[in-house]
Amino acid sequence: MDTKGKIQVSAKDVNVFYGDKQALQNITLDVKSNKVTSFIGPSGCGKTTFLKCINRMNDLIDICRVEGNILVAGQDIYDKSVDMVALRAHVGMVFQKPNPFPKSIFENVAYGMKIHNMTSSKSELADRVEDSLRRAALWDEVKDRLDQPGTGLSGGQQQRLCIARTIAVQPKVILMDEPASALDPIATAKIEELIHELKQNFTIIIVTHSMQQAARVSQQTAFFHLGNLVEFGKTTDIFTNPQDERTQNYITGRIG
Amino acid sequence: MTNSFTDITPSLRRRHARETRFKWMGKIAIIIAVSFLLVMVGSIAWLGSGALKQTRVQLNVHLDAAQIDAAAVADANYGKLIKTALLDRFPEVTKRRDKKSLYGLVSYDAAYALHDRVVAEPGLIGQDLRMWFVASDDLDMLIKGNLETTGDENRRRFSDKQLGWINSLKEEGAIKSVFNVAFFTTGDSREPELAGVLGAFVGTAFTLLVCFCLSFPIGIMAAIYLEEFAKKNRWNDLIEVNINNLAAVPSIVFGLLGLAVFLNVFGLPRSSPLVGGMVLALMTLPTIIIAARAALRAVPPSIREAALGIGATQIQTVFHHVAPLALPGMLTGAIVGMARALGETAPLLMIGMVAFIVDIPGSVVQPATALPVQIFLWADSPERAFLEKTSAAIIVLIVFLILMNLVAILLRNKYSQRF
Ligand SMILES: Nc1ncnc2c1ncn2[C@@H]1O[C@H](COP(=O)(O)OP(=O)(O)O)[C@@H](O)[C@H]1O
Ligand SMILES: [Mg+2]
Repeated sequence: MDTKGKIQVSAKDVNVFYGDKQALQNITLDVKSNKVTSFIGPSGCGKTTFLKCINRMNDLIDICRVEGNILVAGQDIYDKSVDMVALRAHVGMVFQKPNPFPKSIFENVAYGMKIHNMTSSKSELADRVEDSLRRAALWDEVKDRLDQPGTGLSGGQQQRLCIARTIAVQPKVILMDEPASALDPIATAKIEELIHELKQNFTIIIVTHSMQQAARVSQQTAFFHLGNLVEFGKTTDIFTNPQDERTQNYITGRIG
Repeated sequence: MTNSFTDITPSLRRRHARETRFKWMGKIAIIIAVSFLLVMVGSIAWLGSGALKQTRVQLNVHLDAAQIDAAAVADANYGKLIKTALLDRFPEVTKRRDKKSLYGLVSYDAAYALHDRVVAEPGLIGQDLRMWFVASDDLDMLIKGNLETTGDENRRRFSDKQLGWINSLKEEGAIKSVFNVAFFTTGDSREPELAGVLGAFVGTAFTLLVCFCLSFPIGIMAAIYLEEFAKKNRWNDLIEVNINNLAAVPSIVFGLLGLAVFLNVFGLPRSSPLVGGMVLALMTLPTIIIAARAALRAVPPSIREAALGIGATQIQTVFHHVAPLALPGMLTGAIVGMARALGETAPLLMIGMVAFIVDIPGSVVQPATALPVQIFLWADSPERAFLEKTSAAIIVLIVFLILMNLVAILLRNKYSQRF
């Protein structure tokens, strides 16, 4: 339903607590469809925490409590009627450390489609696996060893496998938590290239601690500091003309 | 050392010495442990090896047609035929007491063996039959060299006169040792030379089968629920504490519980592997639950995140990804629990699996005994010949344990090969 330029994710006054400790304060921001939005900020400022609010991965943490509203495609995701499984099929996630299943490469990509009954035949499943691997720019490297364990790939390949696994279930939004932080520069470049490709079809939110990366891949940037959203806007504006002193200090390397 | 790193050399030497010392202590500990094990297993094997041999005596039985009614072959007095055969062999024996001790050379099983043979081949009636019979336990012990043959005659099992008979039998080649097949194919008996371990073996197999079928699925399910689904609240803390306590409860208490609940309230069959297995399952459950929870906890959270992150339900996450990875650990826990159950005697005594049972149990509801209980019973018997049976039964128990663990290890390797 959503078209380019529409709001895909919208947060209003989001507060997150770990037990008594508040990790995020009054976060309000809108993420547009088919754009790459990056979250930057020093370690421990709450980027991951906010990202995990968007697909409710925070629910796994017993002590974590979320207040405020987050809408995805117009739907309040913390509403009681929302099924977490449906939400996570709509909002995929790629984690900081590549975490392929200890199963074959094929099975890694096919798993999501299998559990969601997305294909009607084996050949269709195989086609979709190939398609996902191609879109993750991994097909050529693994097409001869689809039955080999996904855990046997290199770090960068594993991360692209995880991206293939995520896009296979056709989410609208992909959350990426420092997807390249464990990778070498060449693998990182591949992932960044991939993000460029993927934004045609997906809304991407990427957490990164590398400002260069944020500048290279994203159109929108949000700067977090100590649990606050300090500044949010066009990436070019944030990097060339930051409004807030903290942003300025961070991008010039004085904090973080 | 003369190189550029010399400034830490003194302390380095001390550190290396400590390492060497530790390695040696470790080696000594292992040597001590292994030698204990060798002494134990070796002595049992030494004692038990005798039970693998059985002494046989050959007699020439005249199947007197006057003694065996051709119309009722099965009803003839075969014991008398055996006695006659012995008296024919030693015509010099006339005194009542001597006759009695002469008869005592062969097992009372001889009459049954002869009966079976003649019933199977009635054509033998009227002929002379040379046949090997099982020797009595005393003769068996003598042949195996376990009895005194010198010294005060009154304190020996065999007098010089009896030894003379036995020697004469030996000289004509009428005494031999054969592999004791019966030990592995028959149930218990009051006569040591006839007692076998199969009844207890089958009883143990049935009991452990029941135990495994109950405790493994229940234990795994409980562990998965507690670890993956249950909310961390006070009730679950209480349950956790109780499970840990249950693991430490003496096994005889579970036996009493089985007696009170399974036998007296539910009226399940006494002495049956069903009840034995249920009691042992109660005992094994906490062990399996604790081990399975540890195995589940050891699965990296990133696997759970990966599955949940693409929209797997909690159940799918657990059963497709977490449980398969935890399975080897769960099986290890089950092995430990089952091994403990295998050697358990006390709770089985409580529910009556200590009875003297000759028949091999055919199902889990028939009366049975178990290997450890059989060992206990034989060890308690006064006959000298039960000593080697006891050791042999221990060997069977150990072999059973090794086989069980082998199966578990094979299973574990099979399932952990999913990369
Ligand atoms: N599971 C957790 N339990 C308690 N506190 C947490 C947990 N995860 C994160 N936090 C706290 O929340 C804050 C934000 O963490 P995080 O979102 O991981 O930061 P970032 O990803 O920006 O480095 C940190 O102060 C961290 O200590
Ligand atoms: Mg983080």
